[in-house]
Amino acid sequence: MVRYVAAKASDVPAGGNKVVSVGGREIVIFHANGEFFALLNRCPHEGAPLSHAVCVAHLHSSEPGEFRRSRVGELLRCPWHGWEFDMRTGQSYCDPSRLKVRAYPVTVARGDGLVEGPFVAETFPVTVEDSYVLIDV
Amino acid sequence: MSDVLDRMDDDTAIRNEARSKLKIIDCDIHPSLRSREDLFPFLEKRWQEHLKTYGGHIRSPFTSTTPYPRIAPLISRRDAWPPTGGPPGSDLTFMQKQHLDPYNVEFGLLQVLDLSIFSQVNLELGTALQYAINEWQYEAFQRPDPRLRASIIVGQDDPQAGVKEIERCAALGRHAQVNISPRANEPLGRRKYWPIYEAAQAANLPLGIHVGGYGGHAPTASGWPSYYNEEHHSNAQSVAAQLSSLVIEGVPERFPRLKFVFIEGGFGWVPAITWRMDQHFERFRSEVPHLRRKPSEYVKQSFWFTTQPMEEPETAEHLRQVIEWIGIDRLLFSSDYPHWDFDDPRYAFRTPLSEAERLKIFNTNARAVYRFD
Repeated sequence: MVRYVAAKASDVPAGGNKVVSVGGREIVIFHANGEFFALLNRCPHEGAPLSHAVCVAHLHSSEPGEFRRSRVGELLRCPWHGWEFDMRTGQSYCDPSRLKVRAYPVTVARGDGLVEGPFVAETFPVTVEDSYVLIDV
Repeated sequence: MSDVLDRMDDDTAIRNEARSKLKIIDCDIHPSLRSREDLFPFLEKRWQEHLKTYGGHIRSPFTSTTPYPRIAPLISRRDAWPPTGGPPGSDLTFMQKQHLDPYNVEFGLLQVLDLSIFSQVNLELGTALQYAINEWQYEAFQRPDPRLRASIIVGQDDPQAGVKEIERCAALGRHAQVNISPRANEPLGRRKYWPIYEAAQAANLPLGIHVGGYGGHAPTASGWPSYYNEEHHSNAQSVAAQLSSLVIEGVPERFPRLKFVFIEGGFGWVPAITWRMDQHFERFRSEVPHLRRKPSEYVKQSFWFTTQPMEEPETAEHLRQVIEWIGIDRLLFSSDYPHWDFDDPRYAFRTPLSEAERLKIFNTNARAVYRFD
């Protein structure tokens, strides 16, 4: 597994996402509730780009007429057929035992800890002042 | 911007993958008006003023939205909004770049849903609109990109005007099929609609029936459902009811050369309803003496079904059995681009198909139905 410097943290807006090419894969980085999540930019159902997904809440219901929202903004709803995935794990809410989007471990680090390290920055120079999103692929 | 670069990489990957694959005939592509003004070059001043003043008036609840909420704005894929503005399906260049080129589409059948002209209550307005839409499809899409083929949209509840429009378009020889709605005011087998079938057969054009519209009736046989989730299934029920209406009333008996294509109604239900029609035919044959053959024989003679929205059984190989029951020659690939329930031709079939079978479903079946040679 190689750790890549994938993006400047400030380039991924809160509630939004950024598509990056890392190790030959198209990966989408989401920024929700102060955390960053990285997933393969491809729905496992029919291949839609998840960067166009809507970020929604998990909506539970224990019985008809009752509902509860949780984990606001941490679920992805596919831009084509509306299948929902957990941003944190890639797990599908449609068919969790069989379907999953490939998820990658993410860390955020300051540039001053990276310029010397054994990291691969694919597309831009790392500077000391900024924070970066690192992805293990 | 690396975002832009990454998207281009993705497009290249799709293009490369498609190059080695067969050419596709996509039987369901939705072009869209940027706005109603797009129709004005084809509408008399009187109807332009009417549209501006009153708008359309369709036989369904609500006038400016769909009777059921949809999962996505304008029922479209969220990545299908053209960067130039305007609704999905309205920008030909973007449609070419996102759909026609990367998926190697050889021909695409246009299905226009704008203004729901099948259900216009004001029949004179409906007649003006069907002319305008039939011309607009050709000028805005087919003429600049001959892969795209226009359909003759016919407001079926004014059959006389419909016949005139079929004859007018057929004389020009541009359109690939006649389109009517599965939600007409009456079941489609009724005699009132037969002049349309007669004109389509005389013009040697297939009759496409794309789901949608309301026709003034509840969309399910049990009334108005509560949720979009429920209502969306009614597309299949409506089409199933129309298949039996057409067959049992004797339309394929009377017009044996007319080919019907049911579009976007699914196909998983076809074997069950055909078996049931045959069973009842044996028992109640004397009620319908105008039928000289079993209903299943008329289905095999006169009906084709597009594949989207793909049936997705729990066990993928069951899809293969359903396809065999219907007959591999009866299925025509469709994507429904740019709508939200789009089927990607690379992934839609989860059951193994041989290259010869893929060639039939993705190309040669439709080529024969629409006579694209």
